[in-house]
Amino acid sequence: MTIYLPIAEIPVAIFTIFAMGLAVGFISGMFGVGGGFLMTPLLIFTGVPAAVAVASVSAHMAASSFSGALSYLRKGLIDLPLAGFLLAGGLLGTGLGVAAFALMRALGQVDLLISVSYVLLLTGVGTLMLVESVRFILRAWGGAKPSIRRPGTHGWFLRLPLKMRFRRSRIYVSVIPVVVLGLGVGFLGALLGVGGGFLLVPALIYLLRVPTQTSIGTALVLTLVTMVSATIMHAAFNGTVDAILALILMIGGTMGAQFGARTGQRLKAEYLRLLLALLVLAVGLRVGYDLVRPPTDQFAVTNTER
Amino acid sequence: MARRLLLALGLFLLPFGAHAERLVLSVSQPEVLITSSFTGADLVLFGVVEDRPDGEHRYDIAVTVRGPQETFVTWRKSRVLGLYINTDSRTFVDSPAVLAIATNRPAALIADPAVLRREQIGLSRNIFLQRIGTDFADVVPDDPFRLAFLRIKTAEGLYSEHESGVSFLSGAAFRTSFHIPARAPVGTYEVAVKLFEGGRMIADASTVVAVRKDGYGQEMAAFAENHGWLYGFGVAFGALCVGLGANFLFRRD
Repeated sequence: MTIYLPIAEIPVAIFTIFAMGLAVGFISGMFGVGGGFLMTPLLIFTGVPAAVAVASVSAHMAASSFSGALSYLRKGLIDLPLAGFLLAGGLLGTGLGVAAFALMRALGQVDLLISVSYVLLLTGVGTLMLVESVRFILRAWGGAKPSIRRPGTHGWFLRLPLKMRFRRSRIYVSVIPVVVLGLGVGFLGALLGVGGGFLLVPALIYLLRVPTQTSIGTALVLTLVTMVSATIMHAAFNGTVDAILALILMIGGTMGAQFGARTGQRLKAEYLRLLLALLVLAVGLRVGYDLVRPPTDQFAVTNTER
Repeated sequence: MARRLLLALGLFLLPFGAHAERLVLSVSQPEVLITSSFTGADLVLFGVVEDRPDGEHRYDIAVTVRGPQETFVTWRKSRVLGLYINTDSRTFVDSPAVLAIATNRPAALIADPAVLRREQIGLSRNIFLQRIGTDFADVVPDDPFRLAFLRIKTAEGLYSEHESGVSFLSGAAFRTSFHIPARAPVGTYEVAVKLFEGGRMIADASTVVAVRKDGYGQEMAAFAENHGWLYGFGVAFGALCVGLGANFLFRRD
């Protein structure tokens, strides 16, 4: 069964899009990542113009992250003050990222830069997470008492002035690294066209020592706010939000996110981190493979208007 | 009145020119409406050669359907430091988004290459304006970028060429069919018909097919275009409602 998308101006198989929404929603609910770094390439692969895919996915991610965030909120797994400080930096970083993107586009080869930064970032973050979670799991198997919250091993940056207590996260840290972290994630997110959840979750876990579940819940709030504003911006300035496409994705995505969130809360935190590490690493390697593999067609045609 | 005038003009011209043929065209569906279930449209074009001078005639017909103009960029990847990246590109300015050519027999048999080129009969002879730096020009037909562009567009079903796509129903009446693909953009499609005899073009005529959106899709697209902010807020609000609804539905406790 196909349906014609009025903004994208193409027909799509409705159940294929629904299934994609379901699958990506499951992953995003489980790990607290927005899923944009998976969903957008999938849509482009089915023939949706890139600009419409990016814009419509942001609407889908708004719905998915809202649904997920509500589940975490009820379980008390969202640190709202922490989310507020991250957002303050995040919005500033998004602005800087958009400006940097425009600058690099003027210099040319922005596609290559994006692909290379994707590979370096994803494989880097993925490898670090993988090593840590494997070591942690091995230690747990060896019978040692697992403890990720080791006092005295906090980084120097957490002891900067303007210290604040974030109760939900059970941390007492300076707000400076929190705002800087939000800024960095916002910057990279805008630059690479991703929500930033997959960067923020590990950063909260490893840099700020926030518990895994609270990290995921808090990251969902950040995804929610950035994606709602992205939807409105894309609709107002680019006219590329396809409401029909977004609706199909949303229905699949929110259903998937519910199951994902439940599965995520059932899984042990260290296994959740291992799975997220593998996922991030896999996507990074996939992008890298596309860069070094000889293309099946040396040529490609793009439309400058769509 | 106009018809009578044309006829008078024809009668007036008749003693001077050997040919006074005229093409009358009729397309099965002058307006194609895109609704939510649109998967493409098949159109049939009928034509009649009128005012034929006496005697035996062997006509040839070339039909060219050109969709709305868009600008395309053809990229070429090559290997730099072990990575395959876009290194070279050509911009095809104002090229038809859809291009379908049908003739009653292979174009090479209809007229000599110079005539075919002038009349732009066939994918290889259609003019594609390229922007190279600040210059605009078409290039040789075997230019790799031009060939790749045609190959990719043909594979997408947007460009086509049928060398026996036109059939004569009688000595003077012909029909051809063409397909508006589902991925085709909305806009005005020009159907140009050229009549050949003895290697020369002796008459031409054209008609248009309007492709437009209809139903709720049309209303949504118009609203999104005219009230971008409102549409954006609407979609964002809708997204939150879906999120809330799903969360409520799946709530376990």
